[in-house]
Amino acid sequence: MIGADAIIKCLEEEGVKYVFGYPGVAICPFYNSILQSEIQTILIRTEQNAAHAASGMARITGKPGVCAVTSGPGATNVITGIATAFADSIPLVCITGQVHTELLGSDSFQEADITGAVESFVKYSYLVKNVGDIPRIFREAFHIANTGRRGPVLIDIPIDIQNAPVSRFQYPEEVSMRTYKPTVKGHAVQIKKVIKELEKAKRPIICVGGGVLLSEARDDLRGFVEKYRIPVVSTMMGISVMPTEHPLYFGMVGNHGKACANRAMNESDLLIMAGARVADRAVSQPDLITRNKVLVHIDVDPAEIGKNAGPTIPLVGDVKHIFQDFAREEFACEHEEWIRTLEEYRQTLVARRNPNPAYVDPAAFITRLSEKMTSDAVYVADVGQNQIWSCGYHIVKEGRFLTSGGMGTMGYSIPAAMGAKLADKSRQVIAVCGDGSFQMSMMELATMRQYDIPVKIIVLKNGYLGMVREYQHYTYRDNYSVVDLSGSPMLDKIAAAYDMQYQLLENMDRAEAVLDAFLKEDTSVLLECLIDPMDLVK
Amino acid sequence: MQKRVFQLLADNTSGVLSRISGLFSRRGYNIESITAGVTADPRFSRVTIVTYGDDEILEQIEKQVGKLVDVRNIRELKPEESVYRELALIKVKADPQQRQGIIAVADIFRANIVDVSKDSLIIELTGNQAKIEAFINLLEGYEILELARTGIAGLGRGMDNVTHLESENAVCVNA
Repeated sequence: MIGADAIIKCLEEEGVKYVFGYPGVAICPFYNSILQSEIQTILIRTEQNAAHAASGMARITGKPGVCAVTSGPGATNVITGIATAFADSIPLVCITGQVHTELLGSDSFQEADITGAVESFVKYSYLVKNVGDIPRIFREAFHIANTGRRGPVLIDIPIDIQNAPVSRFQYPEEVSMRTYKPTVKGHAVQIKKVIKELEKAKRPIICVGGGVLLSEARDDLRGFVEKYRIPVVSTMMGISVMPTEHPLYFGMVGNHGKACANRAMNESDLLIMAGARVADRAVSQPDLITRNKVLVHIDVDPAEIGKNAGPTIPLVGDVKHIFQDFAREEFACEHEEWIRTLEEYRQTLVARRNPNPAYVDPAAFITRLSEKMTSDAVYVADVGQNQIWSCGYHIVKEGRFLTSGGMGTMGYSIPAAMGAKLADKSRQVIAVCGDGSFQMSMMELATMRQYDIPVKIIVLKNGYLGMVREYQHYTYRDNYSVVDLSGSPMLDKIAAAYDMQYQLLENMDRAEAVLDAFLKEDTSVLLECLIDPMDLVK
Repeated sequence: MQKRVFQLLADNTSGVLSRISGLFSRRGYNIESITAGVTADPRFSRVTIVTYGDDEILEQIEKQVGKLVDVRNIRELKPEESVYRELALIKVKADPQQRQGIIAVADIFRANIVDVSKDSLIIELTGNQAKIEAFINLLEGYEILELARTGIAGLGRGMDNVTHLESENAVCVNA
């Protein structure tokens, strides 16, 4: 047995089913050993997408996604994917091959100081120096990635360590880390305080973030708010905690959110932020959410509490534990009048759009699409105008909504959708992107073909980098700079080149029939929708 | 803006100091000084950081540093409950006529002369920052050729915050 065999055994012990990656000499021992394992390898077409695919998988399975790439350029290419996962607290274990230990630091061929380079985007990183450390390091890495605030962990392994003989392999049953012990259980006194505030509150609201999904607290939270009839809004990462049409759910907050959701948050007298960072895109003026109200901030990461807004009641812990503790309290509260007010806001504060009938109206299209999607479908939105339309008009039933919220990484949707589909092949998985973001990841159509991953792709095509064009429209009075996407390929030919089905929707007239055909079978289809180039999200 | 001294106990892993100092630079926190060294238990390093900022920043520093996987704990060393020491090595130009005067000043401060050459002296001084600054000020009439300061190391007074590490027979001070 050699180090590479030990790594594979570690992955097997962790129940890893898929490894996304791209080989090179420095990771070849690993890719040689994996042939003896049942773990499936997926050859991604560029390393960044290995991390995105692992992220999509992690978000569906709740376990760390795994990617493995080579040293030097392989490792540096994966950085954006790691940073994307870090910004959204997605658990990943990223393995990078490294040059021979003796060559480290000598600027040898394909050498990059990857542990140094990713320092600010990983939860932790390891450079393996002794082959005997492999079981402990992998056990710790999976533990760190998927406990406390989730996040990516990188393990850099020189080729000689992968090839070094291992006399005895034993995977540690327990992790003993002196320095890493995240608080998951909420403080009992703080929990009582929150319940007291809930009893008093006339206008309570819970703002849910991605942390609710990461801690798998969706059902606990839903049960609690339904029992006590507490209205809910969400951040972008918190979309799909509540079904969109749930009577207690009032939409996404933030500068691209729903007016009724923002108003609900501002007018509340008790705001409970649950697994949300109070980041600038969701809350552009943090002082507004502390004024005239009691702010409760629940987060597993103590550093998030008080970073952007000083809460009245800080509550450190895992959202799931905390809502389970809430559920054990018996109390009474009544806010039907508040719910009626919010319902009125929902009816009256509706964004009006003037769609151009010559094109597909993205709002109506996305709504119709989501109505036709299966109940537990996974909708993966990319970044750009398509993301904002998706947030605004996708109707979540019992499925999931995935997107790159924190980093806003274009090209996320296709690889992440592939990871999500492989995680659960029974679910419908749809990636929605723009023509800019599609071109950042279209090389992965080959991966979809090679491994038969039936992801459905929708390209909202407007011939522009729409989000930036919209910004230039407002900020620079239509002085467009470097946003014209002329030269884009004909998507029907791209689809044909990859032997994929292709459909075109030019306007809303044929939307019903095209959508039915698009969704009918569990195969990959590329659907191109022509969007008015001048359409705006605001 | 206020100054604060933090003491932290960290796993003695490779790169731990760069993880700590990297956190300060990327989040835009100020470091006035940072000192690190291994503890009686070689598995741990003790780091003393002198930093400054407003209350919110100082709170963030404590939380963000405390969050680092390698950091076992971080706590503030309050001046009234702690001992701070810094070491300075000062090379002063000293011809034979000046030498006695400099030595006299050094004696008052209980500094040591650790090197003498034909026309210079190296003085070693240990103390809190105020003492070192006072001494440097007193040397104004002379020419300081080189100055090296370690930054402060500190410990809390008494037994209140001393934790005995369970499994090993080592004693480490921490919060």
